[in-house]
Amino acid sequence: MTSLPPSIDETLALLGSAGYVADRPLATVLFLALRMGRPLFLEGEAGVGKTEIAKVLAGALGRRLIRLQCYEGLDIASAVYEWNYAAQMMAIRLGEAAGETDRERLEADVFSERYLLKRPLLQALEPDTAGPPVLLIDELDRTDEAFEAFLLEVLSDFQVTVPEFGTIRADNPPVVLITSNRTREVHDALKRRCLYHWVDYPDAERELAIVKARLPNAPAELTREIVAFVQAIRKEELFKVPGVAETLDWASALVELDAVALDPAVVSDTLGVLLKYQDDIQKMQGSAVKAMLDAVQAELKAA
Amino acid sequence: MARVDDRDGRDKPGHDEERGAEHSAHGGHLADNITYFARALRTAGLPVGPGAVIDAIGAVEAAHVGTREDFYWTLHAIFVKKHEQTVIFDQAFRLFWRRRALVEKLIAALSPIAPGDEKSEDKPKPGAERVASAFPTGTREPPRPKRELELSAQFTMSDRERLASRDFAQMSAAEIAETKQLIARLVLPQDKVATRRWRADHRGRRIDARASFRRALATGGHFVDLAWRQRDERHPPIVALVDISGSMTDYSRLFLQFLHALGERRPVSSFVFGTRLTNITRALARRDPDEALASASLLVKDWEGGTRVAASLAQFNRQWSRRVLAQGAIVLMFTDGLEREVTPELGAAMDRLHRSCRRLIWLNPLLRYDGFQAKAGGIRAMLPHVDEFRTMHNLNAMTALVQALSARGGAADPRRWLLPAA
Repeated sequence: MTSLPPSIDETLALLGSAGYVADRPLATVLFLALRMGRPLFLEGEAGVGKTEIAKVLAGALGRRLIRLQCYEGLDIASAVYEWNYAAQMMAIRLGEAAGETDRERLEADVFSERYLLKRPLLQALEPDTAGPPVLLIDELDRTDEAFEAFLLEVLSDFQVTVPEFGTIRADNPPVVLITSNRTREVHDALKRRCLYHWVDYPDAERELAIVKARLPNAPAELTREIVAFVQAIRKEELFKVPGVAETLDWASALVELDAVALDPAVVSDTLGVLLKYQDDIQKMQGSAVKAMLDAVQAELKAA
Repeated sequence: MARVDDRDGRDKPGHDEERGAEHSAHGGHLADNITYFARALRTAGLPVGPGAVIDAIGAVEAAHVGTREDFYWTLHAIFVKKHEQTVIFDQAFRLFWRRRALVEKLIAALSPIAPGDEKSEDKPKPGAERVASAFPTGTREPPRPKRELELSAQFTMSDRERLASRDFAQMSAAEIAETKQLIARLVLPQDKVATRRWRADHRGRRIDARASFRRALATGGHFVDLAWRQRDERHPPIVALVDISGSMTDYSRLFLQFLHALGERRPVSSFVFGTRLTNITRALARRDPDEALASASLLVKDWEGGTRVAASLAQFNRQWSRRVLAQGAIVLMFTDGLEREVTPELGAAMDRLHRSCRRLIWLNPLLRYDGFQAKAGGIRAMLPHVDEFRTMHNLNAMTALVQALSARGGAADPRRWLLPAA
């Protein structure tokens, strides 16, 4: 078990050692979240690397990663616990066959931990030899307000109440990261319990570092052009501008195609890796790509 | 306890000076005034019962109120039960106890501590108008006799009929005030849709295993009484895009009132646009309608200016559509569509909006004219991309919209407006 980083610099180094190129604001808020034992609420556009932070953190700290993927209609039964009805029924029948008549004992037996199916939130409260796990509550904006309200108790007291069984409380609270793509506003009450950080698109320098860290065998010249082009395309009025994930996809696609430099034809052919809306692709097709590519390459030469 | 004989001020609302003389020394004016104050609060919309009045009198006496501020917070503690009510209470308190030295004299009668200075009057706050109208207007008149009340109720009926078909733009201030009240009482749409969440329902179609098991256990497993569950239902959210340019002003303010009433029951995101787009959802979510509209108008920098529909829609699509339309929202777009520069972007932005939402309803006050034809370029560019095209210029139109939301689908098919001109 790796201990928690004692400073912001070490947090930055920890993420770096696991291949995540973070900026200082993120390292600061992450350090504070770990130090204060508060959940960290990460918001930002899709594909900027929010989920990745949790994965990397779990890996770097040597903790278990428990992921709760949110969706509309997510309820307690799939997020916290469920009883194993079939096994319970069987236990009752077996009890009957064995001549068990004491109802209270039967009930206590049937509602015991043996028949409890633990879902991510409950698992996260359990002690772990490697230290408290990293709990990732992914895309919280996809669930509804009812579930959000339920999370309030879990996140502030790190406890869950199972009516038939009792309250389960974490001795060592998990490291909680919550992500949201902002498809709706999450309630203030929940945000208030968390530290908040907006994960933005990286600047050119950091994005270059990310691509180099992830795709070390990509040609250096190509990598520079890719990053410069993506940075330029983010300034366009697009319905969905590409995230870091798209940059990485595009870079590996171009490496697969054995490209050594960008040219209008290869960009046009692979635009679908970068842009995910037909309107956007149409807007960038043809002369727009060429003009932008010329500008980017001229700038790189000048630098 | 000394009796306060307050004869210096004459400005109602306040209390009834003459009446005080009839009362005994015990709290005479105080009890009266608090009773009247409570009545005013009730008229202004606070749920104040007789029990609270008795509590308040007791509290003021028990608290040994020394200053105006103490007095305020003592009454506040009794009468205000929700945070939103503070605004109303604050205004009512100001108006009712505004007479210089009235509170101080009452306090002086209760305790020997000298009174503090009265705070100066600020500019009118939201809610002030509503509270003011809650006070009796006659200076010293007893409550109106019952007959008169019946008569005025009849007036209200005919008023209502007249108001229902009256164009918002031609209303007097009093009529607008009345319309606001009618809007608040409008029956809201019944348009629930199923969600993925389950709830217990004995007429449901799926077995609720957990509940069934618990029930079975009660009989030791001998008798399995099945429990059922069903998909939960909710209102789909509403997203409103309201044009607040000069030509729309008379309508947009009352339409915002409508959105406020709607927002009490279901999620509503409201945006206004003129030359730019402003999200006023948070401001409009305040409980009190006057306060909500006042704080919304603070956010908006371009009231009654020009319109840039295409740019505003494009901005909405880029910045907000994913955030507010993701839960299957119904979009109410409120604009006359008189865009000066009609570019292909307008059609494209409308198309994008249309594809991102459950239902797109265009509310256009221009439709109130009998000979309306879709001739303006902006309107022709936008019409193919909406599901419904309705007017919104009076209460009847508002009621029709509510009915249309409750029913499913295209009673107001927009394409028919394009036919004659095509």
